[in-house]
Amino acid sequence: MSVTYIDAIHLAQQELLGERNDVFLYGQDIGGFGGAFKATKGLQEEFPSRVLDSPISEDAMVGMAIGAAISGMRPIVEMQFADFSSIAFNQIANHAGTHYYRTGVPVPITIRLPCGGTPGSGPFHSQMVETLYAHYPGIIVATPATVSDAYHLLKESVEINDPVVFCEHKFLYRWLKTAEIHPKALPLGVARITRPGKHATVVTYSAMVHEAVRAADRLAKEGWEIEVVDLRSVKPLDLDTVIASVARTGRLLALGEAFPWGGVTAEVVSRVVAEGFHLLDAPPLRLNAKDTPIPYHPDLWAAHRPTPESIVEKLRELLNL
Amino acid sequence: MIISRTLESKLSSLYKAGKIVGGVYLGTGQEAFSASLGCSLDQDKDIFAPLIRDQAGRTGFGEPLIEATRTYLGSALGPMRGRDGNIHRGRPADRRPAMISHLGTSVSVVAGMLIARRMKGELGGVVGATCVGDGATSTGSFHEGLNLAAVEQLPMVVLVADNQFAYSTPRERQFACENLVDRAKGYGVTGWQVDATNLLECLSVVHEAVEAARSGGGPQMVVGKLLRLCGHGEHDDASYMASELKDSKLGRDCLEFGIQQVIENGIVSENEIDLWGKKAAEAVQKAVATAQTDPRPDPYRDDWRAFSSKGINS
Repeated sequence: MSVTYIDAIHLAQQELLGERNDVFLYGQDIGGFGGAFKATKGLQEEFPSRVLDSPISEDAMVGMAIGAAISGMRPIVEMQFADFSSIAFNQIANHAGTHYYRTGVPVPITIRLPCGGTPGSGPFHSQMVETLYAHYPGIIVATPATVSDAYHLLKESVEINDPVVFCEHKFLYRWLKTAEIHPKALPLGVARITRPGKHATVVTYSAMVHEAVRAADRLAKEGWEIEVVDLRSVKPLDLDTVIASVARTGRLLALGEAFPWGGVTAEVVSRVVAEGFHLLDAPPLRLNAKDTPIPYHPDLWAAHRPTPESIVEKLRELLNL
Repeated sequence: MIISRTLESKLSSLYKAGKIVGGVYLGTGQEAFSASLGCSLDQDKDIFAPLIRDQAGRTGFGEPLIEATRTYLGSALGPMRGRDGNIHRGRPADRRPAMISHLGTSVSVVAGMLIARRMKGELGGVVGATCVGDGATSTGSFHEGLNLAAVEQLPMVVLVADNQFAYSTPRERQFACENLVDRAKGYGVTGWQVDATNLLECLSVVHEAVEAARSGGGPQMVVGKLLRLCGHGEHDDASYMASELKDSKLGRDCLEFGIQQVIENGIVSENEIDLWGKKAAEAVQKAVATAQTDPRPDPYRDDWRAFSSKGINS
């Protein structure tokens, strides 16, 4: 038996519904149909009053969740695709994100965003949106890269009293498997050293963790030891772990699948430069997706986001600086 | 209505004297409509999400005057503690959500507050109400929210003050349907229409709509026709409003006419009205004086934290 990334998300929701009467799920096609990615398959049958189909109304879905959350519930909203959360942006950033600071009343909502590209998904079913929500105050942004993190971080997100945007990567849904979910959870806000090394640090998150490890494996054959840091959440951002890694390696590549202007990789670089400039033996580099909409054709898509090849190339550049 | 008008007139004077932090947004001319809702709701269990021109509804629903003056005057002791101002105030724990500036967003929030109660088995007899203007009906958020409430058949009342202008934009540049109440059928909710300058009509229609929601009739949309008798805010002289419109039936002052109505119908005596006016002036004076002596928010003492969770940082 093995557990996939989507199984972990399904299991976390199933357990949360069973453990807590205040948890409910809300989203498009999540009831009898079980969700576009089957993350809620069978859950309405098991919990009929707490798994609700919503209209195609992302703004109202999140508004409804805010109202329910300030009335004692802990809703999990499933956006069918992260891209569509743009319609709910106002309720997430301006309503949920400001609520605690303004009123003193926290908003414990979790918004699940199926992020990232899969071949053939095109411009409107592939985007990484973590930067948008991390930019606004009052919103936690989780970006799990592993099956166990998908499970534990989702469970922790729902327990947290603040809004959490939970960025789950669609490319990992069925491809990523593990024998069993690790019984111990690393808390949200703590990054993980996925692969230890000493010549350079790659700081990344979500599906790019796996691409970074592939790149590191290739360079290992040439004797380079690349350390890969998985942020796990981009807000909070665990700078301590990042700085400690850079202190060991002296070199930093910030890697992400999002568009290149601004964003998480820029934030990582700017924080490391500001707080750990003296630790750097070379200028820090960034590698992101290209600055175009995400293309539809698999050949174009594969070249739009960083690949093991482009990461290796960037790391060679970094190692030779 | 008298309290609301008295308070707002004082707030306007304070604004003109430069004593207010930020803007002042009045509900002059909308008191009968708004108060009818506030007074038709049960303060102990219902939900009321007011908007920009609902001082009368807020007062009717039991919001203490001091919360208004503290928020307008930037007191550290008000519900928003200087972190938000003027009409962007509320106490969500007391079922009075604090509006954000983005119009239409309160509709789905109230729907969620009702759905939470339904899931917890605490919905029995509860009504959730919110107010918007004609401008808000053009937003996607309003549409999504009302549609959702209709799908869920929630005990909800949405008051639409069709006050002829959204800021300076006249209603003919806002929507093309003849009457906003016609939209109720499209949403699958019950529609009501009222002359919102007529207090007794407002009281009767809004009360009936609230009770229809309470008794399982699903969402109710009440459209009140009136004219905003002030600018968008006190910074706006509303010079774009044609005098013919002000002189029309829509421009009738609901407070003056309401007083006439209750006196003529023998509901309240002239002496009582005078007494209420005096009491309102005293209460407003006290609320203003208290807020004026309150401490201001201290930037060195604010914790500057947008997260309630301890240990979560950015």
